[in-house]
Amino acid sequence: MHNFDFAKPSTIADAAKALAADGAQALSGGQTLIPTMKQRLAQPTVLVSLTGIKEMQGVCMGDGGLHVGAATPHAVVAKEARAHYPALADLAGGIGDPAVRSRGTIGGSIANNDPAACYPSAVLASGATVVTNKRKIAADDYFQGLFTTALEDGEFVTSVIFPIPQKAAYVKFNQPASRFALTGVFVAKFASGVRVAVTGAGNDGVFRWAEAERALSADFSASALSGLSVDPAGMISDLHGSAAYRANLVKVLTGRAVTAAG
Amino acid sequence: MPKDTGIGASMKRREDVRFLTGRGVYTDDLALHGQTYAVFVRSTVAHGRIKSIDTSKAAAMPGVLAVFTGEDFKDVGGNPAGWLINSRDGTPMREPKRPVLAHGKVRHVGDAYAAVVAETYAQAKDAAEQLAADSVIEELPAIIDMKAAVADPSNRVHDEIPDNLCFDWGWIEDNRAAVDAAMKAAPHVVTLELVNNRLVPNAMEPRASIGEYNPGTGDYKLTTTSQNPHLTRLLVAAFVLGIPENKLTVVAPDVGGGFGSKIYHYGEEALVLAAAKKLARPVRWTAERSESFLTDAHGRDHVTKIELGCTKDGQILAIRTETLANVGAYLSNFSTATPTFLHGTLMAGPYKVPHVYVNVKTVFTNTAPVDAYRGAGRPEATFSLERVIDKMCRELNLDPFEVRRKNLLTPDQFPYTTPVGLVYDTGNYHATLDKAMQIADVAGFEKRAAESKKRGKLRGMGLSTWIEACGIAPSHLVGVLGSRVGLYDAATVRVNATGNISVMTGAHSHGQGHETVFAQIVAEKLGIPESSVEIVHGDTSKIPFGMGSYGSRSLAVCGTAMAKAVDKIIAKGKKIAAHMLEASEGDITFENGKFQVAGTDKAKTFGEIAFSAYVPHNYPLETLEPGLEETAFYDPANFTYPAGAYICEVEVDPDTGKVDVVAFHCADDFGNVMNPMVVEGQVHGGVGQGIGQALCEFTAYDENGQLLTGSYMDYPMPRAEDVPFYNVDYSCQTPCTHNPLGVKGCGEAGAIGSPPAVVNAVIDALHRGGHTHVTHIDMPVSPSRVWSAING
Ligand SMILES: Cc1cc2nc3c(=O)[nH]c(=O)nc-3n(C[C@H](O)[C@H](O)[C@H](O)COP(=O)(O)OP(=O)(O)OC[C@H]3O[C@@H](n4cnc5c(N)ncnc54)[C@H](O)[C@@H]3O)c2cc1C
Repeated sequence: MHNFDFAKPSTIADAAKALAADGAQALSGGQTLIPTMKQRLAQPTVLVSLTGIKEMQGVCMGDGGLHVGAATPHAVVAKEARAHYPALADLAGGIGDPAVRSRGTIGGSIANNDPAACYPSAVLASGATVVTNKRKIAADDYFQGLFTTALEDGEFVTSVIFPIPQKAAYVKFNQPASRFALTGVFVAKFASGVRVAVTGAGNDGVFRWAEAERALSADFSASALSGLSVDPAGMISDLHGSAAYRANLVKVLTGRAVTAAG
Repeated sequence: MPKDTGIGASMKRREDVRFLTGRGVYTDDLALHGQTYAVFVRSTVAHGRIKSIDTSKAAAMPGVLAVFTGEDFKDVGGNPAGWLINSRDGTPMREPKRPVLAHGKVRHVGDAYAAVVAETYAQAKDAAEQLAADSVIEELPAIIDMKAAVADPSNRVHDEIPDNLCFDWGWIEDNRAAVDAAMKAAPHVVTLELVNNRLVPNAMEPRASIGEYNPGTGDYKLTTTSQNPHLTRLLVAAFVLGIPENKLTVVAPDVGGGFGSKIYHYGEEALVLAAAKKLARPVRWTAERSESFLTDAHGRDHVTKIELGCTKDGQILAIRTETLANVGAYLSNFSTATPTFLHGTLMAGPYKVPHVYVNVKTVFTNTAPVDAYRGAGRPEATFSLERVIDKMCRELNLDPFEVRRKNLLTPDQFPYTTPVGLVYDTGNYHATLDKAMQIADVAGFEKRAAESKKRGKLRGMGLSTWIEACGIAPSHLVGVLGSRVGLYDAATVRVNATGNISVMTGAHSHGQGHETVFAQIVAEKLGIPESSVEIVHGDTSKIPFGMGSYGSRSLAVCGTAMAKAVDKIIAKGKKIAAHMLEASEGDITFENGKFQVAGTDKAKTFGEIAFSAYVPHNYPLETLEPGLEETAFYDPANFTYPAGAYICEVEVDPDTGKVDVVAFHCADDFGNVMNPMVVEGQVHGGVGQGIGQALCEFTAYDENGQLLTGSYMDYPMPRAEDVPFYNVDYSCQTPCTHNPLGVKGCGEAGAIGSPPAVVNAVIDALHRGGHTHVTHIDMPVSPSRVWSAING
């Protein structure tokens, strides 16, 4: 690790100021950033911790649904979102291990937008709103490919607002080593229709499976998927699974998520 | 009533008090006055020519004390291979020099070609980064695939070795023609090509070493993560640095797992010693996890074709194998023994097979060195054999249990000379098979399979009847086989004046539980409490000699040396007692800690005798030396041959290909059992590693020799959720006939016997699910591989 300065502002405004400095980078749970720095693959000159900002912490119901502060650790979401949005709580409770869940945060996860991360699927399937220090971004506009988001320089996530679906479930198939999602599917049924978001599988990161959404909006049952198939083109192929395998998982897990959602 | 102390008691492990309360002392825990930090500069290319290394900038950086390159060690010795293997044509193996730091060429990603020593770790790291930037290495085409390596004579890992072949070994070469003829005449021949996947050992504690030098005395000290400090001392002193053995102390304090990878001497150990001498300050190094992945000796990595000739009703007539074994870029210390004498000699298994021939070609590649890893050669032999037998059962529609029964040796056939050079002393393989079938409730399987089916799962059952040769090793035998060392062991039993005892053993405990089990044995033999016995290990300045712990040898070999030293103590005690009790030595008995004149109540306690030995006021000083300390060296007459039967049950999810091991049953014969709880723990760990190999672990290099599975993001270690509650039985005991404790060893069994049981179960499940086109899946039998096999 190279040397760096450290700042821990207590307001969003101060954080924005600190992040404007040359070479400054946001630090949330540090579960991705710190290992990267240890390997000397990132060398920020100032680390700006977002974990001291009260408004960025915690889970509560509010306008538009469930508000989750960007610096809220997964373990807190797993516990406190349960009464309001059990599928989201389940997802949070299945990330990594207890240590990772105690430190890692939703803001860090969706800012990083790892193609195998769990949260992006919930944000996208829920049609959530990503709130930043500058604006509100619809989930459909926010995720822009591998490790790429709509966030601009100096912009950071402050919270995420989740509309609450009637039914929802997340089913994750573990990558055998990292236990991130080799493929994960989040299905959310709203009065207006069903949204299906897939993580871990797509070459361009999290995506919605439109065909399944149409079929499930008409008939919310696993059997509604039987005639569908997923095109392996555009799927990730790596050491742990071919594109064809992932395409199969997308379909299998979507069916299981529908069943789990009840 | 189970005993609660002494031999056979499940005593809790005394070492766990310090391990579980964070009071273990590992190499990296030691803080030494004036210590400095070494960081290695490692090759980022798999194969390259070192054109230049400009050390000037790095050397001038803050805190930097010394910079080393391969040039500094070009005149010292190399790290040698411990076994000389001859090729089929009688020529000796090719043995390239393995230098302290790479010189001239780098040969695998992670190969260290320079090192920096600085006041702090961060300064050393910064300077190493600079040094890497100031090094010019011309990348050469990488040699990764073994078949390509032997096929292309122009591309060489070592410039002097034209076909990248270390040796081409035939076992037993003289039997080859007879085996070929038997195979030709066999009514049915089963052929199976398989891969035994390369594994990264992943000990919880990474390798670490501290070198010290005292310019006042000329003494060196190496504290290091070793399974065998004496061997390391021998290698460093006699072969690499040329330090007199008596000027070098090697200490291996608490060591957090090794699984083989810490048997060997590595260049980092020599470097910290050389640097300590140069600076006259302690020099320390601890591997980062990524260095462990890149540089710890890996395990397995065989590509094998096995053929089995048999009758139509499953009588095995002949076995023939051809194996390519990867040794990586350099020969690690045991690397030439592992694919040969720890593998080929086991290819008859526990069966009566008249004809067996094994061919192994050992190949250099631009990958990390490969060496013994828990089981070492024997898992590879067992996997090939148990898989091909399973395939035979499917091809001929035979019951795998009946086929084993038909071919297993029977108790009346011992001692049994195998066609591959071993003499099995004793065993009862039918008993362990019966026991396994009983504890696994084989009869109830169909019912369980039907229940699984209701849940959409395919259930399968797999069997493996395994044998190994361990208790390594009889020196006369291994000498004939090419070993350059003896493999006996030694122990000193020191009775202190107050009657308590220090036992110095050549075994090294790095998780096994020796401190508890050895104390149980000594205490029982002497009739004293365990708490009076201290087990001292891991320090060449305290221990007479020893070859360390591996090859399930600690109890069978080191433990026997210890038992013999205790016998000498008792014998001397009798002499002292005879004098004190005014009786003749022949009339003295020793039982329950008392020396007694037979048939009388005249007796002296063990404590009284010990006291008298040290305060010899009433003592036969004219004929007997005072003191009570004895040393014994023990060289075993034969290997020991643990054996057993493993039954695995899996459920396969046909939609995702995921395999769950739902039950695992072990019926083992380890001979006499000293501490059942420790034995169970060893089996649990071994089976866990075997399931890891079968279902999860693999090591992938890309065609440029980059390690793709170089972290836990991509190297799948088994976790608690991947293994079931094991059902372990060790009640079938045929005591070893040639050591006094009657013990065989249990450390590697689980890792040897389990992988084929798992894979056989998966194939069984797929066949029951109608996927009969699947005849084999290479390990790891991962979800994507199973799904592809089903749909392929
Ligand atoms: C062992 C392990 C297992 C894991 N398993 C899983 C898993 O199963 N599923 C899964 O989804 N994830 C998994 N993770 C990832 C983890 O859960 C975190 O979500 C992830 O590391 C990022 O969150 P963080 O708070 O730690 O972010 P940090 O590491 O602090 O930051 C990550 C990146 O985001 C930026 N950043 C942080 N916060 C913000 C913000 N509010 N606005 C803008 N940018 C920001 C940082 O500058 C940095 O670039 C695992 C991680 C580990 C170490």
